[in-house]
Amino acid sequence: MKIAVCIRRTPSTEAKVAIAGDGRGLNPSGVSFVLNPYDEFAAEEAIRTKETHGGEVIAVTVGGAEASKELKQVLAMGADSGVRIEPPADADSAGIAAALAEALKDIAPDLVFCGKMAVDEQDFQVPLRVATILDIPAASFVTKFEVQNGTATVTTETESGSAVLEVPLPALFAVEKGINEPRYPGIKGIMKAKKKPVEERPAPDILPRVKVEKMELPAERQGGKIVGEGTDAVAELVRLLREEAKAL
Amino acid sequence: MPSNNILAIIEFRGGQMTKSGPEILGQGKRLAATLGGDLLALVMGEGVTVGAAGLGEYGVSKVHVADNAAFGAYLGDLQGRVAMRVLKTVDPSLVLLPATSQGKDLAPRLAAGIDAGLAVDCTAVDLGVGGLTAQRPVYAGKAIQTVSIAAAPYIASLRPNVFPAGEAEAGKTAEVETLDIAEDLTAVKSTLKEVKPPEGDKIELTEADVIVAGGRGMKEAGNFQLLENLADALGAAVGASRAVVDAGWRPHSEQVGQTGKTVGPNLYFAVGISGAIQHMAGMSTSKCIVAVNKDPEAPIFKTADYGIVGDALKVLPVLTEAVKKLKE
Repeated sequence: MKIAVCIRRTPSTEAKVAIAGDGRGLNPSGVSFVLNPYDEFAAEEAIRTKETHGGEVIAVTVGGAEASKELKQVLAMGADSGVRIEPPADADSAGIAAALAEALKDIAPDLVFCGKMAVDEQDFQVPLRVATILDIPAASFVTKFEVQNGTATVTTETESGSAVLEVPLPALFAVEKGINEPRYPGIKGIMKAKKKPVEERPAPDILPRVKVEKMELPAERQGGKIVGEGTDAVAELVRLLREEAKAL
Repeated sequence: MPSNNILAIIEFRGGQMTKSGPEILGQGKRLAATLGGDLLALVMGEGVTVGAAGLGEYGVSKVHVADNAAFGAYLGDLQGRVAMRVLKTVDPSLVLLPATSQGKDLAPRLAAGIDAGLAVDCTAVDLGVGGLTAQRPVYAGKAIQTVSIAAAPYIASLRPNVFPAGEAEAGKTAEVETLDIAEDLTAVKSTLKEVKPPEGDKIELTEADVIVAGGRGMKEAGNFQLLENLADALGAAVGASRAVVDAGWRPHSEQVGQTGKTVGPNLYFAVGISGAIQHMAGMSTSKCIVAVNKDPEAPIFKTADYGIVGDALKVLPVLTEAVKKLKE
Protein backbone atom coordinates (compact mmCIF):
# COMPACT_ATOMS: atom_id res chain seq x y z
CA MET A 1 0.00 0.00 0.00
CA LYS A 2 1.23 3.47 -0.88
CA ILE A 3 0.61 5.87 1.97
CA ALA A 4 1.26 9.61 1.87
CA VAL A 5 1.35 11.91 4.86
CA CYS A 6 1.17 15.68 4.47
CA ILE A 7 3.12 17.60 7.09
CA ARG A 8 3.88 21.20 8.01
CA ARG A 9 6.48 22.99 10.10
CA THR A 10 4.79 25.21 12.71
CA PRO A 11 5.84 27.31 15.68
CA SER A 12 5.62 25.39 18.96
CA THR A 13 2.34 25.88 20.83
CA GLU A 14 4.39 27.15 23.77
CA ALA A 15 5.67 30.01 21.60
CA LYS A 16 4.87 33.60 22.46
CA VAL A 17 3.64 35.40 19.37
CA ALA A 18 5.33 38.64 18.28
CA ILE A 19 4.48 40.42 15.04
CA ALA A 20 7.04 40.63 12.22
CA GLY A 21 8.27 43.95 10.84
CA ASP A 22 5.92 43.84 7.84
CA GLY A 23 2.96 43.66 10.23
CA ARG A 24 1.56 40.63 8.44
CA GLY A 25 3.07 37.60 10.08
CA LEU A 26 4.95 36.04 12.95
CA ASN A 27 8.32 37.35 14.02
CA PRO A 28 10.24 34.05 14.04
CA SER A 29 13.03 35.36 16.25
CA GLY A 30 13.34 33.25 19.40
CA VAL A 31 10.50 30.95 18.33
CA SER A 32 11.13 27.20 18.23
CA PHE A 33 9.59 25.37 15.32
CA VAL A 34 8.20 21.85 15.45
CA LEU A 35 6.33 19.33 13.39
CA ASN A 36 2.69 20.45 13.56
CA PRO A 37 1.30 18.35 16.47
CA TYR A 38 -1.66 17.06 14.44
CA ASP A 39 0.67 16.03 11.61
CA GLU A 40 2.64 14.01 14.13
CA PHE A 41 -0.53 11.96 14.75
CA ALA A 42 -0.99 11.67 10.98
CA ALA A 43 2.60 10.47 10.49
CA GLU A 44 2.25 7.92 13.29
CA GLU A 45 -0.98 6.55 11.80
CA ALA A 46 0.63 6.31 8.34
CA ILE A 47 3.62 4.42 9.72
CA ARG A 48 1.48 2.07 11.84
CA THR A 49 -0.67 1.29 8.80
CA LYS A 50 2.46 0.43 6.81
CA GLU A 51 3.76 -1.72 9.67
CA THR A 52 0.49 -3.68 9.71
CA HIS A 53 -0.23 -3.92 6.00
CA GLY A 54 3.12 -3.43 4.28
CA GLY A 55 3.91 -0.82 1.67
CA GLU A 56 5.65 2.53 1.89
CA VAL A 57 5.12 5.93 3.50
CA ILE A 58 5.93 9.13 1.65
CA ALA A 59 6.02 12.34 3.68
CA VAL A 60 5.15 15.47 1.71
CA THR A 61 5.57 19.06 2.82
CA VAL A 62 5.27 22.53 1.34
CA GLY A 63 7.99 24.61 2.94
CA GLY A 64 11.37 26.24 2.60
CA ALA A 65 14.70 24.46 3.17
CA GLU A 66 14.22 24.78 6.96
CA ALA A 67 11.23 22.39 6.73
CA SER A 68 13.72 19.60 5.91
CA LYS A 69 14.11 19.21 9.67
CA GLU A 70 10.45 18.21 10.15
CA LEU A 71 10.62 16.01 7.06
CA LYS A 72 13.66 14.25 8.56
CA GLN A 73 11.77 13.78 11.81
CA VAL A 74 9.00 11.88 9.99
CA LEU A 75 11.60 9.85 8.09
CA ALA A 76 13.24 9.04 11.43
CA MET A 77 9.85 7.92 12.80
CA GLY A 78 9.71 5.41 9.95
CA ALA A 79 8.53 7.05 6.70
CA ASP A 80 10.45 5.78 3.66
CA SER A 81 10.91 8.90 1.56
CA GLY A 82 10.12 12.58 1.50
CA VAL A 83 9.02 15.26 -0.92
CA ARG A 84 9.64 18.95 -0.20
CA ILE A 85 7.84 21.45 -2.39
CA GLU A 86 9.03 25.06 -2.38
CA PRO A 87 6.11 27.23 -1.28
CA PRO A 88 4.43 29.41 -3.91
CA ALA A 89 4.85 33.17 -3.30
CA ASP A 90 2.45 34.43 -0.54
CA ALA A 91 1.10 30.90 -0.34
CA ASP A 92 -2.33 30.61 1.23
CA SER A 93 -4.10 27.36 2.06
CA ALA A 94 -5.50 27.11 -1.47
CA GLY A 95 -1.96 27.37 -2.86
CA ILE A 96 -0.50 24.86 -0.41
CA ALA A 97 -3.32 22.43 -1.16
CA ALA A 98 -2.82 22.83 -4.93
CA ALA A 99 0.93 22.24 -4.54
CA LEU A 100 0.36 19.13 -2.42
CA ALA A 101 -2.30 17.81 -4.79
CA GLU A 102 0.03 18.23 -7.76
CA ALA A 103 2.74 16.15 -6.04
CA LEU A 104 0.20 13.59 -4.80
CA LYS A 105 -1.09 13.08 -8.35
CA ASP A 106 2.41 11.90 -9.28
CA ILE A 107 2.71 9.72 -6.17
CA ALA A 108 -0.78 8.21 -6.65
CA PRO A 109 -1.16 7.01 -3.03
CA ASP A 110 -3.88 4.62 -1.81
CA LEU A 111 -4.13 6.54 1.41
CA VAL A 112 -3.39 10.12 2.44
CA PHE A 113 -3.13 11.18 6.08
CA CYS A 114 -3.14 14.80 7.22
CA GLY A 115 -3.44 16.50 10.60
CA LYS A 116 -6.88 18.10 11.01
CA MET A 117 -5.28 21.55 11.06
CA ALA A 118 -2.02 23.40 11.57
CA VAL A 119 -1.71 25.02 14.99
CA ASP A 120 -0.45 28.32 13.57
CA GLU A 121 -2.93 29.43 10.89
CA GLN A 122 -5.69 27.07 12.12
CA ASP A 123 -7.16 27.19 8.68
CA PHE A 124 -8.68 23.68 8.42
CA GLN A 125 -8.51 24.05 4.64
CA VAL A 126 -5.63 22.06 3.21
CA PRO A 127 -6.76 18.44 3.78
CA LEU A 128 -10.25 18.78 2.33
CA ARG A 129 -9.08 21.00 -0.53
CA VAL A 130 -6.52 18.32 -1.42
CA ALA A 131 -9.16 15.56 -1.31
CA THR A 132 -11.51 17.63 -3.44
CA ILE A 133 -8.84 18.38 -6.05
CA LEU A 134 -7.86 14.70 -6.14
CA ASP A 135 -11.58 13.78 -6.22
CA ILE A 136 -11.23 11.13 -3.52
CA PRO A 137 -13.48 10.53 -0.50
CA ALA A 138 -12.34 12.06 2.77
CA ALA A 139 -13.22 12.47 6.42
CA SER A 140 -12.02 14.90 9.09
CA PHE A 141 -11.70 14.64 12.87
CA VAL A 142 -10.71 10.96 12.60
CA THR A 143 -10.03 9.40 16.00
CA LYS A 144 -9.84 5.74 14.94
CA PHE A 145 -8.59 4.17 11.73
CA GLU A 146 -8.55 0.63 10.35
CA VAL A 147 -8.20 -0.67 6.82
CA GLN A 148 -9.07 -4.00 5.28
CA ASN A 149 -9.50 -5.16 1.69
CA GLY A 150 -9.26 -1.67 0.26
CA THR A 151 -11.84 -0.14 2.59
CA ALA A 152 -11.09 2.03 5.60
CA THR A 153 -13.31 2.01 8.68
CA VAL A 154 -12.89 5.22 10.62
CA THR A 155 -14.46 6.89 13.63
CA THR A 156 -14.98 10.65 13.56
CA GLU A 157 -15.80 12.91 16.50
CA THR A 158 -17.75 16.13 16.03
CA GLU A 159 -20.38 18.19 17.87
CA SER A 160 -23.04 15.85 16.53
CA GLY A 161 -21.41 12.90 18.27
CA SER A 162 -19.23 10.14 16.98
CA ALA A 163 -19.77 8.28 13.75
CA VAL A 164 -18.27 5.22 12.14
CA LEU A 165 -17.72 5.54 8.39
CA GLU A 166 -16.68 3.11 5.73
CA VAL A 167 -14.61 4.73 3.03
CA PRO A 168 -13.19 2.93 -0.02
CA LEU A 169 -9.59 3.72 -0.94
CA PRO A 170 -8.01 5.79 -2.31
CA ALA A 171 -9.08 8.23 0.37
CA LEU A 172 -7.83 11.04 2.58
CA PHE A 173 -8.17 11.28 6.35
CA ALA A 174 -7.57 14.34 8.52
CA VAL A 175 -6.79 13.05 11.97
CA GLU A 176 -7.69 14.34 15.42
CA LYS A 177 -5.66 14.21 18.60
CA GLY A 178 -6.27 10.96 20.47
CA ILE A 179 -5.98 8.67 17.43
CA ASN A 180 -2.60 7.40 18.65
CA GLU A 181 0.44 8.14 20.77
CA PRO A 182 3.19 9.23 18.33
CA ARG A 183 6.55 7.52 18.78
CA TYR A 184 9.82 9.33 19.42
CA PRO A 185 12.33 8.62 16.68
CA GLY A 186 15.20 6.55 18.12
CA ILE A 187 18.89 6.93 17.31
CA LYS A 188 18.59 4.10 14.80
CA GLY A 189 15.72 5.84 13.06
CA ILE A 190 17.60 9.13 12.98
CA MET A 191 20.66 7.43 11.42
CA LYS A 192 18.50 5.64 8.85
CA ALA A 193 16.67 8.86 7.97
CA LYS A 194 19.93 10.41 6.77
CA LYS A 195 20.03 7.95 3.87
CA LYS A 196 16.37 8.16 2.91
CA PRO A 197 15.62 9.98 -0.35
CA VAL A 198 14.02 13.44 -0.34
CA GLU A 199 12.75 14.77 -3.63
CA GLU A 200 12.74 18.55 -4.01
CA ARG A 201 10.11 20.13 -6.23
CA PRO A 202 9.97 23.74 -7.39
CA ALA A 203 7.19 26.10 -6.31
CA PRO A 204 4.12 25.74 -8.50
CA ASP A 205 2.80 28.85 -10.20
CA ILE A 206 -0.30 29.51 -8.11
CA LEU A 207 -1.83 32.84 -7.10
CA PRO A 208 -3.20 33.14 -3.56
CA ARG A 209 -6.94 33.63 -3.05
CA VAL A 210 -6.68 34.94 0.49
CA LYS A 211 -4.30 37.76 1.31
CA VAL A 212 -3.18 38.48 4.85
CA GLU A 213 -3.45 42.25 5.19
CA LYS A 214 -2.17 42.42 8.74
CA MET A 215 -1.63 40.48 11.91
CA GLU A 216 -2.05 42.07 15.33
CA LEU A 217 -1.90 41.03 18.93
CA PRO A 218 -5.25 40.99 20.69
CA ALA A 219 -6.02 43.64 23.29
CA GLU A 220 -4.55 42.57 26.60
CA ARG A 221 -6.96 41.61 29.29
CA GLN A 222 -7.11 43.76 32.38
CA GLY A 223 -7.37 40.98 34.90
CA GLY A 224 -5.89 40.43 38.25
CA LYS A 225 -8.59 41.03 40.85
CA ILE A 226 -8.11 38.54 43.67
CA VAL A 227 -11.42 38.27 45.46
CA GLY A 228 -10.05 36.41 48.44
CA GLU A 229 -8.79 33.15 49.81
CA GLY A 230 -10.52 29.79 50.07
CA THR A 231 -14.20 29.11 50.62
CA ASP A 232 -14.66 32.42 52.48
CA ALA A 233 -14.30 34.26 49.17
CA VAL A 234 -17.12 32.40 47.41
CA ALA A 235 -19.98 34.64 48.57
CA GLU A 236 -18.13 37.77 47.42
CA LEU A 237 -17.25 36.14 44.08
CA VAL A 238 -20.89 35.27 43.44
CA ARG A 239 -21.91 38.81 44.33
CA LEU A 240 -19.33 40.28 41.93
CA LEU A 241 -20.31 37.93 39.14
CA ARG A 242 -23.93 38.90 39.61
CA GLU A 243 -23.71 42.61 40.26
CA GLU A 244 -20.47 43.79 38.64
CA ALA A 245 -19.89 41.38 35.76
CA LYS A 246 -23.58 40.58 35.29
CA ALA A 247 -22.46 37.13 34.28
CA LEU A 248 -24.74 35.08 36.55
CA MET B 1 -20.00 36.84 -12.61
CA PRO B 2 -21.84 35.25 -9.72
CA SER B 3 -25.28 36.51 -8.65
CA ASN B 4 -25.65 39.12 -5.90
CA ASN B 5 -27.16 36.52 -3.61
CA ILE B 6 -25.78 35.08 -0.42
CA LEU B 7 -26.15 31.44 0.51
CA ALA B 8 -26.14 30.59 4.21
CA ILE B 9 -25.61 26.96 5.13
CA ILE B 10 -27.50 26.39 8.37
CA GLU B 11 -27.07 23.45 10.73
CA PHE B 12 -29.98 21.71 12.39
CA ARG B 13 -29.93 19.28 15.26
CA GLY B 14 -33.01 17.36 16.36
CA GLY B 15 -35.18 19.29 13.88
CA GLN B 16 -34.07 22.65 15.32
CA MET B 17 -31.65 25.22 14.00
CA THR B 18 -28.47 25.22 16.11
CA LYS B 19 -27.41 28.33 18.01
CA SER B 20 -25.03 29.41 15.23
CA GLY B 21 -27.95 29.69 12.77
CA PRO B 22 -29.36 33.08 13.82
CA GLU B 23 -25.76 34.39 14.07
CA ILE B 24 -25.00 33.39 10.47
CA LEU B 25 -28.35 34.69 9.23
CA GLY B 26 -27.87 38.02 11.00
CA GLN B 27 -24.64 38.60 9.08
CA GLY B 28 -26.17 37.16 5.91
CA LYS B 29 -29.05 39.62 6.01
CA ARG B 30 -26.74 42.57 6.60
CA LEU B 31 -24.36 41.60 3.79
CA ALA B 32 -27.20 40.76 1.36
CA ALA B 33 -28.37 44.35 1.83
CA THR B 34 -24.83 45.55 1.01
CA LEU B 35 -24.81 43.49 -2.16
CA GLY B 36 -28.41 44.31 -3.07
CA GLY B 37 -29.19 40.61 -3.33
CA ASP B 38 -31.25 37.96 -1.60
CA LEU B 39 -30.40 35.86 1.39
CA LEU B 40 -30.82 32.19 0.53
CA ALA B 41 -30.20 29.19 2.72
CA LEU B 42 -29.35 25.54 2.51
CA VAL B 43 -30.39 23.06 5.18
CA MET B 44 -29.33 19.43 5.12
CA GLY B 45 -30.72 17.21 7.84
CA GLU B 46 -33.41 14.80 8.93
CA GLY B 47 -36.85 16.17 9.78
CA VAL B 48 -35.82 19.72 8.98
CA THR B 49 -38.42 20.86 6.41
CA VAL B 50 -40.80 22.57 8.85
CA GLY B 51 -37.98 24.32 10.69
CA ALA B 52 -36.34 25.35 7.43
CA ALA B 53 -39.38 27.33 6.30
CA GLY B 54 -39.04 29.25 9.56
CA LEU B 55 -35.71 30.72 8.41
CA GLY B 56 -37.92 33.28 6.68
CA GLU B 57 -38.14 35.00 10.07
CA TYR B 58 -34.48 35.90 9.72
CA GLY B 59 -34.82 37.32 6.22
CA VAL B 60 -34.24 34.20 4.13
CA SER B 61 -36.30 34.39 0.93
CA LYS B 62 -35.73 30.86 -0.23
CA VAL B 63 -34.33 27.80 1.47
CA HIS B 64 -33.01 24.72 -0.31
CA VAL B 65 -33.82 21.71 1.82
CA ALA B 66 -32.37 18.23 1.70
CA ASP B 67 -34.48 16.36 4.24
CA ASN B 68 -33.36 12.76 4.39
CA ALA B 69 -32.56 10.06 6.93
CA ALA B 70 -29.10 9.93 5.32
CA PHE B 71 -28.39 13.28 7.03
CA GLY B 72 -29.08 11.91 10.50
CA ALA B 73 -25.36 12.42 11.03
CA TYR B 74 -22.73 14.38 9.15
CA LEU B 75 -21.14 12.61 6.20
CA GLY B 76 -18.85 15.14 4.52
CA ASP B 77 -18.66 13.31 1.21
CA LEU B 78 -22.45 13.39 0.89
CA GLN B 79 -23.12 16.87 2.26
CA GLY B 80 -20.25 18.18 0.14
CA ARG B 81 -21.82 16.76 -3.02
CA VAL B 82 -25.29 18.11 -2.26
CA ALA B 83 -23.98 21.54 -1.24
CA MET B 84 -21.84 21.77 -4.40
CA ARG B 85 -24.89 21.08 -6.54
CA VAL B 86 -26.83 23.86 -4.82
CA LEU B 87 -23.87 26.21 -5.11
CA LYS B 88 -23.69 25.66 -8.85
CA THR B 89 -27.42 26.36 -9.26
CA VAL B 90 -27.57 29.36 -6.95
CA ASP B 91 -24.20 30.83 -7.99
CA PRO B 92 -23.91 33.10 -4.92
CA SER B 93 -21.34 35.84 -4.37
CA LEU B 94 -20.86 34.77 -0.78
CA VAL B 95 -21.35 31.53 1.11
CA LEU B 96 -21.62 31.79 4.88
CA LEU B 97 -21.51 28.84 7.24
CA PRO B 98 -20.67 28.22 10.87
CA ALA B 99 -17.08 27.31 11.81
CA THR B 100 -18.23 24.22 13.65
CA SER B 101 -16.56 20.85 13.04
CA GLN B 102 -18.99 20.23 10.21
CA GLY B 103 -18.51 23.66 8.75
CA LYS B 104 -14.74 23.29 8.93
CA ASP B 105 -14.97 20.04 6.96
CA LEU B 106 -17.54 21.31 4.47
CA ALA B 107 -16.15 24.77 3.67
CA PRO B 108 -12.83 23.71 2.05
CA ARG B 109 -14.64 21.09 -0.04
CA LEU B 110 -16.83 23.85 -1.47
CA ALA B 111 -13.97 26.32 -1.80
CA ALA B 112 -11.91 23.83 -3.81
CA GLY B 113 -15.02 22.80 -5.75
CA ILE B 114 -15.78 26.31 -7.02
CA ASP B 115 -12.20 27.59 -6.73
CA ALA B 116 -13.11 30.27 -4.19
CA GLY B 117 -11.15 32.01 -1.49
CA LEU B 118 -12.16 30.88 1.98
CA ALA B 119 -11.77 32.75 5.26
CA VAL B 120 -12.10 30.34 8.17
CA ASP B 121 -13.37 30.94 11.70
CA CYS B 122 -14.04 34.66 11.23
CA THR B 123 -14.88 36.96 14.13
CA ALA B 124 -15.68 39.89 11.81
CA VAL B 125 -16.66 39.92 8.16
CA ASP B 126 -17.49 42.66 5.67
CA LEU B 127 -17.91 43.32 1.97
CA GLY B 128 -16.62 46.43 0.23
CA VAL B 129 -14.89 47.67 -2.90
CA GLY B 130 -11.82 45.60 -2.09
CA GLY B 131 -13.90 42.42 -1.87
CA LEU B 132 -14.36 40.52 1.34
CA THR B 133 -12.39 41.42 4.43
CA ALA B 134 -12.46 39.36 7.58
CA GLN B 135 -10.78 39.07 10.93
CA ARG B 136 -9.80 35.68 12.23
CA PRO B 137 -7.94 34.62 15.34
CA VAL B 138 -4.81 32.58 14.64
CA TYR B 139 -2.40 30.79 16.96
CA ALA B 140 -5.54 29.98 18.99
CA GLY B 141 -6.14 33.66 19.61
CA LYS B 142 -2.59 34.75 20.38
CA ALA B 143 -2.92 36.94 17.27
CA ILE B 144 -5.65 38.27 14.99
CA GLN B 145 -5.29 38.23 11.22
CA THR B 146 -7.08 40.63 8.89
CA VAL B 147 -7.49 38.87 5.56
CA SER B 148 -8.99 39.87 2.25
CA ILE B 149 -10.34 38.01 -0.75
CA ALA B 150 -10.35 40.22 -3.83
CA ALA B 151 -12.86 38.49 -6.07
CA ALA B 152 -16.19 36.68 -5.64
CA PRO B 153 -17.25 34.02 -4.99
CA TYR B 154 -16.18 34.27 -1.38
CA ILE B 155 -16.70 31.73 1.36
CA ALA B 156 -16.50 32.62 5.04
CA SER B 157 -17.06 30.42 8.06
CA LEU B 158 -18.06 32.36 11.17
CA ARG B 159 -16.96 31.46 14.66
CA PRO B 160 -19.94 30.44 16.80
CA ASN B 161 -20.83 32.57 19.83
CA VAL B 162 -19.24 35.75 18.45
CA PHE B 163 -21.86 37.40 16.23
CA PRO B 164 -25.20 38.62 17.61
CA ALA B 165 -28.27 36.64 16.62
CA GLY B 166 -30.19 38.21 13.74
CA GLU B 167 -33.55 39.74 14.60
CA ALA B 168 -36.50 37.48 13.92
CA GLU B 169 -39.79 38.71 12.46
CA ALA B 170 -42.28 36.19 13.80
CA GLY B 171 -44.49 34.45 11.28
CA LYS B 172 -42.46 35.12 8.13
CA THR B 173 -41.69 31.98 6.16
CA ALA B 174 -39.22 31.25 3.42
CA GLU B 175 -40.07 29.53 0.15
CA VAL B 176 -38.90 25.92 0.45
CA GLU B 177 -37.28 24.15 -2.45
CA THR B 178 -36.91 20.44 -1.80
CA LEU B 179 -33.79 18.84 -3.18
CA ASP B 180 -33.86 15.39 -4.71
CA ILE B 181 -30.69 13.73 -3.50
CA ALA B 182 -31.26 10.23 -4.92
CA GLU B 183 -28.43 10.75 -7.40
CA ASP B 184 -26.02 11.91 -4.67
CA LEU B 185 -26.88 8.93 -2.48
CA THR B 186 -25.95 6.58 -5.33
CA ALA B 187 -22.79 8.41 -6.27
CA VAL B 188 -21.31 8.89 -2.80
CA LYS B 189 -18.62 6.35 -1.97
CA SER B 190 -18.46 6.69 1.82
CA THR B 191 -21.15 5.23 4.04
CA LEU B 192 -22.24 5.90 7.62
CA LYS B 193 -22.19 2.65 9.57
CA GLU B 194 -22.94 3.77 13.06
CA VAL B 195 -23.86 7.02 14.74
CA LYS B 196 -23.54 7.79 18.40
CA PRO B 197 -25.18 11.09 19.32
CA PRO B 198 -23.44 13.18 21.97
CA GLU B 199 -24.08 11.93 25.50
CA GLY B 200 -27.37 12.98 27.04
CA ASP B 201 -27.94 16.70 27.23
CA LYS B 202 -24.23 17.54 27.17
CA ILE B 203 -23.64 21.14 26.10
CA GLU B 204 -21.22 21.64 23.24
CA LEU B 205 -18.15 23.59 24.40
CA THR B 206 -17.92 25.95 21.44
CA GLU B 207 -21.61 26.92 21.81
CA ALA B 208 -21.70 27.16 25.59
CA ASP B 209 -22.51 30.40 27.41
CA VAL B 210 -20.73 29.21 30.51
CA ILE B 211 -17.77 26.83 30.73
CA VAL B 212 -16.33 25.20 33.82
CA ALA B 213 -12.85 23.88 33.06
CA GLY B 214 -10.54 21.87 35.26
CA GLY B 215 -6.83 21.22 35.30
CA ARG B 216 -4.22 19.39 37.33
CA GLY B 217 -5.39 21.11 40.50
CA MET B 218 -8.36 18.73 40.42
CA LYS B 219 -5.79 16.13 41.58
CA GLU B 220 -7.50 13.07 40.08
CA ALA B 221 -10.05 12.09 37.45
CA GLY B 222 -12.76 11.23 39.97
CA ASN B 223 -12.75 14.77 41.38
CA PHE B 224 -14.18 16.11 38.12
CA GLN B 225 -17.55 15.10 39.56
CA LEU B 226 -17.28 18.29 41.66
CA LEU B 227 -16.74 20.26 38.47
CA GLU B 228 -19.67 18.55 36.77
CA ASN B 229 -21.88 19.43 39.74
CA LEU B 230 -20.99 23.10 39.32
CA ALA B 231 -21.54 22.81 35.57
CA ASP B 232 -24.99 21.31 36.17
CA ALA B 233 -25.90 24.10 38.57
CA LEU B 234 -24.81 26.71 36.02
CA GLY B 235 -26.09 24.96 32.90
CA ALA B 236 -22.47 25.02 31.76
CA ALA B 237 -20.26 22.82 29.59
CA VAL B 238 -17.23 21.07 31.08
CA GLY B 239 -13.77 21.84 29.70
CA ALA B 240 -10.30 20.54 30.50
CA SER B 241 -6.66 21.57 30.28
CA ARG B 242 -4.21 19.72 28.07
CA ALA B 243 -2.49 18.20 31.10
CA VAL B 244 -5.57 16.36 32.28
CA VAL B 245 -6.51 15.25 28.77
CA ASP B 246 -2.99 13.91 28.24
CA ALA B 247 -3.25 12.15 31.61
CA GLY B 248 -6.41 10.45 30.33
CA TRP B 249 -8.67 12.00 32.99
CA ARG B 250 -10.92 13.69 30.44
CA PRO B 251 -11.69 13.11 26.73
CA HIS B 252 -9.95 15.22 24.11
CA SER B 253 -13.33 16.62 23.04
CA GLU B 254 -13.24 18.68 26.26
CA GLN B 255 -9.75 20.12 25.77
CA VAL B 256 -9.52 23.91 25.62
CA GLY B 257 -6.38 25.42 24.10
CA GLN B 258 -4.20 25.53 21.04
CA THR B 259 -4.42 21.77 20.43
CA GLY B 260 -8.03 21.64 21.57
CA LYS B 261 -11.02 23.92 21.22
CA THR B 262 -10.99 27.68 21.13
CA VAL B 263 -13.88 29.04 23.14
CA GLY B 264 -15.29 32.45 24.02
CA PRO B 265 -18.18 32.03 26.45
CA ASN B 266 -19.72 34.76 28.60
CA LEU B 267 -18.26 33.18 31.69
CA TYR B 268 -15.28 30.85 32.01
CA PHE B 269 -14.22 29.15 35.22
CA ALA B 270 -10.60 27.95 35.21
CA VAL B 271 -10.37 25.62 38.17
CA GLY B 272 -7.00 24.22 39.16
CA ILE B 273 -5.57 25.47 35.85
CA SER B 274 -2.27 27.32 36.09
CA GLY B 275 -2.67 29.08 32.75
CA ALA B 276 -0.09 27.77 30.27
CA ILE B 277 0.21 29.92 27.12
CA GLN B 278 -1.41 27.27 24.95
CA HIS B 279 -4.42 27.06 27.28
CA MET B 280 -4.89 30.82 27.62
CA ALA B 281 -4.81 31.05 23.85
CA GLY B 282 -7.93 28.92 23.70
CA MET B 283 -10.06 30.88 26.18
CA SER B 284 -8.75 34.42 26.45
CA THR B 285 -11.67 35.86 24.45
CA SER B 286 -14.10 34.75 27.18
CA LYS B 287 -16.05 37.77 28.38
CA CYS B 288 -15.48 37.05 32.06
CA ILE B 289 -12.86 34.70 33.49
CA VAL B 290 -12.83 33.33 37.02
CA ALA B 291 -9.79 31.47 38.32
CA VAL B 292 -9.55 29.18 41.32
CA ASN B 293 -6.02 28.06 42.08
CA LYS B 294 -4.08 27.36 45.22
CA ASP B 295 -0.92 28.98 43.84
CA PRO B 296 -1.24 32.79 44.15
CA GLU B 297 1.57 33.16 41.59
CA ALA B 298 -0.24 31.11 38.89
CA PRO B 299 -0.25 33.06 35.60
CA ILE B 300 -4.00 32.51 35.23
CA PHE B 301 -4.59 35.23 37.86
CA LYS B 302 -3.06 37.83 35.51
CA THR B 303 -5.73 37.06 32.91
CA ALA B 304 -8.70 36.27 35.13
CA ASP B 305 -11.18 39.01 36.00
CA TYR B 306 -11.78 37.42 39.39
CA GLY B 307 -9.59 35.02 41.31
CA ILE B 308 -9.91 32.92 44.41
CA VAL B 309 -6.68 31.62 45.91
CA GLY B 310 -7.55 28.26 47.37
CA ASP B 311 -7.94 24.53 47.01
CA ALA B 312 -10.27 23.81 44.08
CA LEU B 313 -11.65 20.72 45.80
CA LYS B 314 -12.79 22.77 48.78
CA VAL B 315 -14.00 25.83 46.88
CA LEU B 316 -16.05 23.94 44.27
CA PRO B 317 -18.76 22.44 46.56
CA VAL B 318 -19.30 25.79 48.29
CA LEU B 319 -19.48 27.60 44.96
CA THR B 320 -21.92 25.02 43.62
CA GLU B 321 -24.22 25.50 46.61
CA ALA B 322 -24.04 29.29 46.28
CA VAL B 323 -24.95 29.08 42.58
CA LYS B 324 -27.82 26.69 43.30
CA LYS B 325 -29.22 29.11 45.88
CA LEU B 326 -28.97 31.95 43.42
CA LYS B 327 -30.84 30.02 40.75
CA GLU B 328 -33.68 28.98 43.09
